[in-house]
Amino acid sequence: MTKSQSPAIDVRSLSRVFKNGPRAVDAINLEVFPGEIYGFLGPNGAGKSTTILMLTTLLPPTSGTALVAGHDIVTEGRHVRAAIGAALQEAGLDPLLSGREHLQLQAALHSLPRQERAQRVDQLLGQFGLSEAAGRKVIGYSGGMKRRLDLAMSLIHRPRVLFLDEPTTGLDPQSRSAIWKEVRRLAREEGVTVFLTTQYLEEADALSDRIAIIDHGKIVAEGTPEALKAEIGRPSVEAMAVDPDDSSALAEILGQFGEGVPARAKGAIAVRLANGTVDLAEIVRVIDAGGLRIAALNLHTPTLDDVFLAKTGYSLEGSGGSAEDGSHGA
Amino acid sequence: MALDLPNLSHMAHLSRRSAVRALAEPAVMLPTTVFPLIFFGVLAGGVSAAGGIPGFPSVSYTDFVFAAPFVQISLLAAVSTATLLANDIERGFLDRLLLTPASSVAILVGHLMGAAAIVSVQVTIFLIVGLIVGVHIESGILGAFVLALLIVLLTVGIGGIGTFVALRTGSPETVQGIFPLTFALLFLSSLTLPRDLIDADWFRLIATINPISYFIESVRSLIITGWDAEALARGFLVAAGALAVGLIASVTALRGKVART
Repeated sequence: MTKSQSPAIDVRSLSRVFKNGPRAVDAINLEVFPGEIYGFLGPNGAGKSTTILMLTTLLPPTSGTALVAGHDIVTEGRHVRAAIGAALQEAGLDPLLSGREHLQLQAALHSLPRQERAQRVDQLLGQFGLSEAAGRKVIGYSGGMKRRLDLAMSLIHRPRVLFLDEPTTGLDPQSRSAIWKEVRRLAREEGVTVFLTTQYLEEADALSDRIAIIDHGKIVAEGTPEALKAEIGRPSVEAMAVDPDDSSALAEILGQFGEGVPARAKGAIAVRLANGTVDLAEIVRVIDAGGLRIAALNLHTPTLDDVFLAKTGYSLEGSGGSAEDGSHGA
Repeated sequence: MALDLPNLSHMAHLSRRSAVRALAEPAVMLPTTVFPLIFFGVLAGGVSAAGGIPGFPSVSYTDFVFAAPFVQISLLAAVSTATLLANDIERGFLDRLLLTPASSVAILVGHLMGAAAIVSVQVTIFLIVGLIVGVHIESGILGAFVLALLIVLLTVGIGGIGTFVALRTGSPETVQGIFPLTFALLFLSSLTLPRDLIDADWFRLIATINPISYFIESVRSLIITGWDAEALARGFLVAAGALAVGLIASVTALRGKVART
């Protein structure tokens, strides 16, 4: 990542309003620097895909501007498309063409020199573990193979900027891991700028140099994963009383240990601990002394989901208790 | 809007893909080849008595209706190619093509030229079948080439109109809804009889205002008359009109869809 250079993606007040529909993207601003992996995190319908469609010239913006690889997405579409690669949410494949035919067509449409095409196609087929299946029609490919072919197609012309729209949704852990590895390699070894949308917290945390959280078309937070988590800072504790009538008493007890924050579970009470985890044993003692019966007591170390919760007021769908989730039940 | 010059190499590769795609789909190729042959067989064998109607041209009815399957394959291929594009839209493959530097014109013309290639093969098959069953092409080998050219132009034109529908709806089912319309155009024309021999006034009126009648008559003129400049001019005019409407509508629809520069 080189912040001293001009941004590879430079977005200013970009908006998209659909006819009779919502403001899907609402005056967003962002800069992504060469070689950076930029995670665009948000729930379904937040505006992630609409943003990618605009930045890849597939959807005209309603207002605002964006430069991708130094070219305006509205007036210099062809130059933008020559500089970018994109793997959209649905792998855009023809079931009756083989993997090799897909790559050959892409190579030709990107005007790769004829003598280079076969070599590049073979290289990508090998790189993505598709050499054996190269001659088979895509209709017989697994979901992971289709995703890998889609990604290989987006790289055929060695793009400077790569857009990946939820590249691992629906994939098994092995395929997901293979794609993560390749995305990291592209950014670190080849200096490709990667703009990655995801609804997986774990993915955003593991891959991204910086993350933007988008909600209802607006960017509500941006920074490195570490900085965003540090913003949330201290751990929080969340408890739920067996008897809902005890909730106010429970809130009073927990309030002695920190400020209230939105709880993840319905009916639960949560506070961010003023003194960190050292108060945990004391919390249990005070609750016990108060005679309250507790159904659940959880300690949360800050995660991206906490960041999301703090910024939007709700937990991100699809986080699914991932490995990244730092919850510890008690 | 910036000038969107098509790259011939892009068009050639997209045409090849379109043709390979159509050939790989038996559900597309079989009906569009076999059905017009059956149709021709039924007309030539079952309605041949129409050739005895006073005022009917002094040619065999088989020769007279030999234009029918050509026009039919053209219309079927046009609907099929539009359906394939709608499938591409549905599967995200069109977006994949749009993400390349290929121009809108190259993408659409490439797609339609694939259909043209397939139809050219089908026309050749039909001409061979015609020779086998004793059809005589009055205008000779050159006339057969002109016939093929007319069919290809109409296929691309009507295919363009179909792709417009595909681009506006993105739905293969809606595109296939054009099929009955093309059939109505075909049957409410001078397909089976010369217009002046059509007995029912309403039918004769529709056949007279139906441009497909003039197209059929131009193809037929090459088979039974030889070189009829007026009939050919009308046929080419119909094909050129379909081509202009089809290409302008589909390119405009694609550019409007993505505001492409």
